[in-house]
Amino acid sequence: MSEYHLQEIPVGPYKHLVSERAVSGETMLLNMGPQHPSTHGVLRLLLELDGEVIINCIPDIGYLHTGIEKNMEAKTYLKAEVMTDRLDYMNNMGNNLAYVMAVEKLVDLEVPPRAQALRVILTELQRISSHLVWLGTSGLDLAAMSVFLYCFREREIILDIFEMVSGQRMMVTYFRPGGVWRDVPVEFEAAVRNFIKIFPKRIDEYEALLTKNPLWLDRMVGIGKLDAATALQNGVTGPMLRACGVNWDLRKTRPYAGYEQYDFNVPVETKGDTYARYIVRVQELRESLKIVEQALNKLPMGPVRSDNRKFVPPPRSEIGTSMEALIHHFKLWTEGFVAPKASIYSAVESPRGELGVYLEGDGGPKPYRVHWRTPSFDNLSVISKIVKGHLVADLIAILASTDIVLGDIDR
Amino acid sequence: MGVEEKLGDMGVVTTTLETAVNWARTNAMWPMLFGLACCAIEMMSAQAANYDMSRFGMELMRPSPRQSDLMIVAGRVSRKMAPVLRRLYDQMPEPKWVIAMGDCASCGGVFNNYAIVQGVDEVVPVDVYVAGCPPRPEALIHGVVTLFEKVKGEKFADLAKA
Amino acid sequence: MDTRLEKIVKVLQEKAGATYEEFRGEVHVFINVGQIVDALTFLRDEHQFSLLSAMTAVDYWPQENPRFHIIYQLTSLTQNLSIQLRVPVNGSQLKVPTATRVFEVANWREREIMDMFGIEFEDHPDPRRILMPEDWEGHPLRKDYPLGYEEPQFTFNFDEIDVRKPYAKE
Repeated sequence: MSEYHLQEIPVGPYKHLVSERAVSGETMLLNMGPQHPSTHGVLRLLLELDGEVIINCIPDIGYLHTGIEKNMEAKTYLKAEVMTDRLDYMNNMGNNLAYVMAVEKLVDLEVPPRAQALRVILTELQRISSHLVWLGTSGLDLAAMSVFLYCFREREIILDIFEMVSGQRMMVTYFRPGGVWRDVPVEFEAAVRNFIKIFPKRIDEYEALLTKNPLWLDRMVGIGKLDAATALQNGVTGPMLRACGVNWDLRKTRPYAGYEQYDFNVPVETKGDTYARYIVRVQELRESLKIVEQALNKLPMGPVRSDNRKFVPPPRSEIGTSMEALIHHFKLWTEGFVAPKASIYSAVESPRGELGVYLEGDGGPKPYRVHWRTPSFDNLSVISKIVKGHLVADLIAILASTDIVLGDIDR
Repeated sequence: MGVEEKLGDMGVVTTTLETAVNWARTNAMWPMLFGLACCAIEMMSAQAANYDMSRFGMELMRPSPRQSDLMIVAGRVSRKMAPVLRRLYDQMPEPKWVIAMGDCASCGGVFNNYAIVQGVDEVVPVDVYVAGCPPRPEALIHGVVTLFEKVKGEKFADLAKA
Repeated sequence: MDTRLEKIVKVLQEKAGATYEEFRGEVHVFINVGQIVDALTFLRDEHQFSLLSAMTAVDYWPQENPRFHIIYQLTSLTQNLSIQLRVPVNGSQLKVPTATRVFEVANWREREIMDMFGIEFEDHPDPRRILMPEDWEGHPLRKDYPLGYEEPQFTFNFDEIDVRKPYAKE
């Protein structure tokens, strides 16, 4: 049936990126194609190999390009939020938070304190969920399959909380400009407290399995070293940067959504190798749990959405009695709220690094330009520098430790 | 004096060849790893401990197309990825089935633009569509069970003609 | 704005004739195409703006002069400051000097701008398309490029669209 035959990858288009030994045929160009069990999504890597040793690595992205930036220009500000969940699909609440904070900065909208606290609790739970998937898939790549099953078991508890709050497990669209969509149900607190009670022992379980395991150490220590200067030159942020010794976490240095009220540490390691990144992320699991507990204890009462009716729709009960409420509702549903003719850049700390939104309005109801500064894009661009001289099996470990999500890269 | 009375106790089952072959095909269908985007995470959740797909014979997700018979297209297919998808489908040996998991694979989903193939049935013929964005693991399992019903109803005459 | 930023903006105004505007606490500085590399080197070396957080472009079609604005968002970790440089680019002169020698992250960011907007960066080490397929024609994020909207199939137009849709054969 197939009219395809084995083809050698021509060196021609990549001549400026590979060494001269590839042109002469001494080294081999191998295609680690878009469909591969350990590329964490559809990433294509062109490897120049001398035996098993990697001389050069050329990533080829764009296999998941969705045109989200252009598609968001065709929708109103509120409707465009639906697309933000699907960017970095491990960090749905975080993407919503980044977009909603950008819109609020652009139109200068206040958020009530209860909504801020709920945003913090859910974003930190999402961070825990994202790190659990990272740990599970890293284990799966390095053939530690029971870690995968344990992590996904914990993740189901978090997804149940998300479903209770917003109706959806993954694509939540729960944060809206002005606050959150609706108040949390009464079972929310009990569910989160139950999670806080059982999770620390589970983290101990993962650490007991992996942290001092000689197989894990062998595959991770000294592999993929990244130093701080190269990292900053290449725009690396997040746990990858903190594993190189640079203490930069947007939750501490530029606090947003009320993070300054909570007491937590930012784990920083100095070695910069794959094992340091593993340690940083596992410790972040514990710190995020601390933040969730503090925020839940301090959760204030009050409204969950701003009452600025130019941007936030009135409750249904008011529409029957108040003329202004009816007019505001009509205006928001037909045209949507308008933003000034200006541009802002607003960034949050996602589990992968600095997630920034460049939002430009043009006086109308639709955004003129939305650009997503996604952390995985820059984190991946540094990989061609850190895999040189390693074996192909080490490449798998390094790729797992960068924690990339292709939806983030290709948008 | 039917067959049951003669053979009742001997533990021998009689059936047609079609039923036997279809039963064998459904009991150990190996899916090919084709997780592209968000639906892949729900597919992994369906494979994990809470919603176990190994109960349906799908213990292993084979990354190699030559060793699998079911392709679950989980996620959005971009224009750059479409030729790769077709190539992998061609490399799978007969008999093969395709499940289009999620809205993006069924009809383009939320993304009605230049970059996404509007429904993966423009590239490969699809047997079962599973709706949802992303579909819950239970929905995926329902889709898989629907595919099993379809396979159990297949006749050799139809397959030989195609 | 912050006093340290004020000093930096003043130097840029005197040496490069830059203008600036402030909005919601952010500082946007407008410079010319030819001054990009010098301004970035100056900010990186003398004021420790060591992280190029974001680099993107905006299309202002049908306005031709300037048609694009290229935006550089710089962050200083030691001083905890941010500054945004905006470079207006004329629609008929789409050649801009590359910033890869100052910040290596600009390599992929400029490839993305070349792919999506068609702005050429001179002396770029790797000028290939990054997100779209190699043989794609056009630059998707320009305002005169269509969205590629496909009409949804409802019951009243189901059959007409069914006939036109390219279904795959076996």
